[in-house]
Amino acid sequence: MAMERRDFLKSAAAASAASAIGMSIPTEAQAKADAAQSDWRWDKAACRFCGTGCGIMLATKDERIVAVKGDPAAPVNRGLNCIKGYFNAKIMYGADRLTQPLLRMNSKGEFDKKGKFAPVSWERAFDEMEVNIKKALKASGPEGVGVFASGQYTVMEGYAAQKMMKGGFRSNAIDPNARHCMASAVVGFYQTFGIDEPSGCYDDIELTDTIVSWGSNMAEMHPILWSRVTDRKLTDPDRVKVINMSTYRHRTSDLADIEIIFSPNTDLALWNYIAREIVYNNPESIDWDFVKKHIIFASQPVNIGYGLRRAGEKSLKDGKYTALEMETIDKEMQKVVSEKEAPALQPFGYKAGDVMKNNPGSLAHWEIEFDEYKKFLDPYTLDYVAEISKGDPNESIESFQAKLQTLADLYIEKGRKVVSFWTMGMNQHTRGTWVNTLSYNVHFLLNKQARPGSGAFSLTGQPSACGTAREVGTFCHRLPADMMVKNPKHRAITEKAWKIPDGTLNPVGNQHIMKIHRDIEDGVVKFAWVNVCNPYQDTASASHWIKAAREMDNFIVTSDGYPGISAKVSDLILPSAMIYEKWGAYGNAERRTQHWRQQVLPVGDAMSDTWQWIELSKRFTVKDVWGEQPLRGNKKLPDVIAKAKAMGYNEDTTMYEILFANERAKSYKVDLNDDIQAGYDDSESRGDSRNVVGSDGKVFKGYGFFIHKYLFEEYADFGRGHAHDLAPFDVYHKVRGLKWPVVDGKETQWRFNVKYDPYAAKANKDAGTNNSHAFYGKLAKALPHGDLKGVKDPAKKSLANKAKIFARPYMDPPEMPDKAYPLWLSTGRVLEHWHSGTMTMRVPELYRAVPEALCYMHPADAKGLGLKRGDLAWVDSRRGQVKARVETRGRNRPPQGLVFVPWFDEKVFINKVCLDATCPQSKQTDFKKCAVKVTKV
Amino acid sequence: MKKELPNDRRKFILSMARGVGLSAMGALIWSAYVDEVKAAPLILRPPGALDEPDFLKTCIKCGLCVEACPYDTLILAQPGDNNPIGTPFFVPRDVPCYMCDDIPCVPVCPTGALVQDSVTSEIEGELTWDITKMDMGLAVVDAESCIAFWGIQCDACYRACPLMDVAISLQYDKNERTGKHAFLKPVVHADACTGCGLCERACVTKKAAIYVLPNEVALGEVGDHYIKGWDKADEARLKDAKGETTVTDRSNRSAVDSLNDAEDLY
Repeated sequence: MAMERRDFLKSAAAASAASAIGMSIPTEAQAKADAAQSDWRWDKAACRFCGTGCGIMLATKDERIVAVKGDPAAPVNRGLNCIKGYFNAKIMYGADRLTQPLLRMNSKGEFDKKGKFAPVSWERAFDEMEVNIKKALKASGPEGVGVFASGQYTVMEGYAAQKMMKGGFRSNAIDPNARHCMASAVVGFYQTFGIDEPSGCYDDIELTDTIVSWGSNMAEMHPILWSRVTDRKLTDPDRVKVINMSTYRHRTSDLADIEIIFSPNTDLALWNYIAREIVYNNPESIDWDFVKKHIIFASQPVNIGYGLRRAGEKSLKDGKYTALEMETIDKEMQKVVSEKEAPALQPFGYKAGDVMKNNPGSLAHWEIEFDEYKKFLDPYTLDYVAEISKGDPNESIESFQAKLQTLADLYIEKGRKVVSFWTMGMNQHTRGTWVNTLSYNVHFLLNKQARPGSGAFSLTGQPSACGTAREVGTFCHRLPADMMVKNPKHRAITEKAWKIPDGTLNPVGNQHIMKIHRDIEDGVVKFAWVNVCNPYQDTASASHWIKAAREMDNFIVTSDGYPGISAKVSDLILPSAMIYEKWGAYGNAERRTQHWRQQVLPVGDAMSDTWQWIELSKRFTVKDVWGEQPLRGNKKLPDVIAKAKAMGYNEDTTMYEILFANERAKSYKVDLNDDIQAGYDDSESRGDSRNVVGSDGKVFKGYGFFIHKYLFEEYADFGRGHAHDLAPFDVYHKVRGLKWPVVDGKETQWRFNVKYDPYAAKANKDAGTNNSHAFYGKLAKALPHGDLKGVKDPAKKSLANKAKIFARPYMDPPEMPDKAYPLWLSTGRVLEHWHSGTMTMRVPELYRAVPEALCYMHPADAKGLGLKRGDLAWVDSRRGQVKARVETRGRNRPPQGLVFVPWFDEKVFINKVCLDATCPQSKQTDFKKCAVKVTKV
Repeated sequence: MKKELPNDRRKFILSMARGVGLSAMGALIWSAYVDEVKAAPLILRPPGALDEPDFLKTCIKCGLCVEACPYDTLILAQPGDNNPIGTPFFVPRDVPCYMCDDIPCVPVCPTGALVQDSVTSEIEGELTWDITKMDMGLAVVDAESCIAFWGIQCDACYRACPLMDVAISLQYDKNERTGKHAFLKPVVHADACTGCGLCERACVTKKAAIYVLPNEVALGEVGDHYIKGWDKADEARLKDAKGETTVTDRSNRSAVDSLNDAEDLY
């Protein structure tokens, strides 16, 4: 305790010292004088790109953003940026911005799936959407209408989309690209803590002694955080240790004291090895007092498949998958236990050669005793783990074993603080949820979780994967503030808040992003709308989804700023306002919510996705969507029209009136004397000087109320008082973001820790305990009891305020290198480009710096294939092939047997090669491993 | 990968080859050539090129190296290029040298203006192309305009460097202004930098903050009268060292003359 207090003071001192040095704040008079002399305006915003959440300032002049600077007052970055953030001022001004709606039409001006894109009015665009949504609802019910949502939505956009989809269309087929990004982290949080998002914060970097990066190239993907790690290392180079755990060498190894190159998927074994070292060889390191008060142990089925298509699904029966593809897909139903995984599966009753029949992935788990957990750990000896996990064939087993031992020793060392960071390596994983939970196991046993400077910490990829996708809940199974569509109480709370009839919300939430693609291919989803993402470039087995979009009877709409692959395969394209052309808010990886104002008018006739959703809601009335609706499996949603009438609506009341232009909304006034609104555009609330002709063929003059504040405040009410507390809208316009829960005006640094988290303190007090922590999350907090293999006593026991340690074994991924496809393929990003490159490939400097995606491989592998650096090579899998230039000397240095290809480049369309296997629990795709062959072009 | 040369370039190469051979250039072109010789110190030559004066004497301006370059990196100087006409050079900001493993531009040189020995090594008894021996110039960082020196996490040059960590490494310094970030500053190592210019190409500033200069322009030279006491290899510089008499304004008169000149002493 004393230790923690000292740490806290140290960090506070460092922070105030920094502000004393760096933030010379001009006097107000001086600032005003400066402002009067300049013809530009500075205002704060959040960076458009990754989950780090750097604060920036934007200079606006003559209705254009002309410059950006890092915000010196922003605690995350203190005025700094990475190379992408440095170009925020340029990302909206690419020469090929989409400026008007475009529809595929024939020569008669009719919609034609085979037609060419031509400009149409907003009114015509919404006419087509309305017709096609109604068609889809008629054909398939609410499950026929899907939305590819985003972790790059603003909070308000995500909330508007979620409300119309779930409350209006009663469809849960809305799922974000965040599913591809951190769904495994989410399920890991739910299963372990009962509530989503990290317990720690970035201040852990300055407080820790040890930074272990697991499947995370922080140096390129979270550069500002990496510069903080670097500073920490410089501060105390002997004490502070940095370890890079990866399947190939990348820039994060530059600073590392130890680099551990492991074979894909064996991170499961590595975590269990560390836990075994604790339990078997260093039992005195277990903080039993902490563990007994706060932790239970759990097991689950292991035969849960790989999230691939299952036998009997329509497109499989229709023969849309080749025999080669089926070689892998067949493992979804059953597989043969390999020699490699057999020791790990032995405690679960399997041996090598057994046929494992896979059930569809489930979240089920049950409590077990510590002895069972100990039995589970037994196989993970140094010899076994080193043998299966050594990733570089040229490294000696002795060297590798020594590194693993050192790694375990660093975790175990008494008094040594440890932060484990991870990103896509652990999330994009066919056992992603498992490996996430295994990280907490180690930290819990040692009481090194949710303490200043110690904890397992999931770094988020996208700028608002936390703030929007997770907190707003734009997932198929979620509602705001960690509520679930399948929970009747949660639906009732939401229906009440939204003033919609009880029974409106759809309890079946299973159309995750892969399922939406597959449902399009199966002909179930007939209408899909792409929002702030690029699902036709970012999804594995890409050729299937593109073919389904282009060749089947459906209607695909893409809202975007630029023409990417998703726009190209669509039937209708809507020009979207980009980031600083609208009011917005993002939430970063340390639970920090940051708001900004609309800085400029959108380019052309572009309008925000919020506006697009609200305009669409005007086209649907109570009778269109709230009658009885069919669901798959002979289920149905009840007719709630009578209840709607009892609430004062009639059959012709529009969803716009109910969901968006209601009494509460109108209470948020447009007020040009309001400090927050004064001097800034608000294209949605007030219209703007472009006089865009809107969805009804008339000039859009605005909703007449302050829509952004309404959407934010209504959404924020879901979490207030429920450990997700957000501050008032106006507060966020005055501060540099706050880490929720914000209680009594104060942000929270370390959740679940009684000293720092008011909710933990309250839970502790309410329980009448005197514990250091309270893991107060409420999901899956009552479990049956059993042993490793199954439930013995189905009676559920409450686990209030406790977290879980899971017994989750190493297992092989579904596709591994073999004779025909002898190499592992991993994909990922590069620092210079964001995701599919729609923005960064249009910034000339970034384009010039990295104009194309390369195939990184080991020089010996290249030589063996007759390839020289710079040669073009085919990268082939069972699903497709791409051409890429070979690089043997670049930023990424794979060991022999693995190649790495980034996915930003639409000309090197690597997702045609990748496999759409997912974690069966989180449904997150594993983009980090499949089998390929490489040949010279 | 091998790209066809654009037609006009091919024509130019042919005409240059003939033209040079027949000394049939007109007066206008010839005068341009004279002027452009003076600009030569800033030219970057292909890998393995002789020193500039020898190179100019040896290169017959045949264009074979240009044709062999798979990336269209090498170009032949045309009138107005501000370079000696017909000689091969490259402009890294436009197209850098991609440092092909087999260095195809060198073996095609018919005159030895591009020297094979300078870019090969004997590895396991076999003569092998060695791109690490290329030495076309030296990358220089302008720390004022390099945004990594501002604290921006850039390092695009570092990641573009084909000899990463050898030719360009990162120097970590604490950022005292923020109190919790580090600078990751690119540092070029002259002994390893080949002058390929991939860094200059990748640099994201408006005008590149890292750029390649010919060695003789970029590099200073330390006298051989002082050898690093901590670096055994530095003794190699003693090879050509010889004692020299030093002359300054103070010492340019003979001792006797200056001793006898006591006029201003009192």
